[in-house]
Amino acid sequence: MQTSSLRRTLSLFILLFLTWLVWSGFYTSLLLGLGGLSCLFVVLLSRRMDIIDPEGHPNHLFFGLLTYIPWLAWETIKANIDISWRIIQPSLPIAPRVIRIKTSQKTHLGQVIYANSITLTPGTVSVEVEEGEITVHALTNEAADELLEGSMDRRVTRLEGER
Amino acid sequence: MDTFIHLASWLCLLLGCCFCMIGGVGLLRLPDFYSRIHGGGVTDTLGAGLVITGLMLQGGLTLTTAKLAMILLFLLLTSPVATHAIARAAQHSGLKPQVADAAA
Amino acid sequence: MFIAAMLGVLVTMLLALVRALKGPTVYDRVLAVNMFGTKTVLLLAVIGFLTGRPDFLDLSLVYVLINFIGTIAILKFVEFGSIGSNEEEARA
Repeated sequence: MQTSSLRRTLSLFILLFLTWLVWSGFYTSLLLGLGGLSCLFVVLLSRRMDIIDPEGHPNHLFFGLLTYIPWLAWETIKANIDISWRIIQPSLPIAPRVIRIKTSQKTHLGQVIYANSITLTPGTVSVEVEEGEITVHALTNEAADELLEGSMDRRVTRLEGER
Repeated sequence: MDTFIHLASWLCLLLGCCFCMIGGVGLLRLPDFYSRIHGGGVTDTLGAGLVITGLMLQGGLTLTTAKLAMILLFLLLTSPVATHAIARAAQHSGLKPQVADAAA
Repeated sequence: MFIAAMLGVLVTMLLALVRALKGPTVYDRVLAVNMFGTKTVLLLAVIGFLTGRPDFLDLSLVYVLINFIGTIAILKFVEFGSIGSNEEEARA
């Protein structure tokens, strides 16, 4: 428990300092020192506020996300092309539906990732998130069926399970 | 190689703009509020993604590209949350979605 | 080339603005304004490349976050009639 908390704190500091390096662009010792100090300050504050937990800084998801993000990107591109094609057709072939889907994630974090993935994919928007259930507005029958089939749900659950 | 990257970036920018405009047209054409969200979603993901990818190809391996990647990351993190918040607020206010017949 | 991209983004912003003016519900307007903000981010990035001043990227980076907070604040105001107080207080 103690080591995982320490690792989380350390990775937060490294992440913050990398962000500083990318955004500053000036690499003099004064500015680097100030950057290091402010990162340290933020890390100390976060520790005091007790937000460096698996929900606030989910570093255990890192390797799972490496495979999940490309898959999600590909799904998003496919859905985008489908929805765009439907929008520019003069007959506007849409069939809006409201569906409720069950979620199999154990933590709130996993459910949030799932709901956000649903919203990020055009054609489906999560309208209401409850414990174990998400209400989704789908623009087309195909998009709704794909969600009901549940491959995204399984993938998010697997991502969340990797620790 | 240089020409190839230039062409790829051209293509990304152009396609990105097309998707943005399609999303904008969708925002105007789609019949009710809940379906308009999907029009906005197209511009937020593929439209923005392609435009920024095009700019990243122009930037090359510099700090500029890293910053563009950060912009894309923040866009993709915040846009679904904002969209969900809007949809949820609309539902709580009692706005009913227009639903097609199940047979259609 | 950057001018073409800029025009594309500007046309999209115009379409969003039309939706924002037409309504009909307040949520349509919020959605359109949110999209307008996203396109502003892209426009700023493209302008940075067009004028050869990468400083504009910092502005667009900040604008992403401001846009998000702004949308949430407007929604909270619309839903509860107040930005500062908590939900239960505003509902009562």
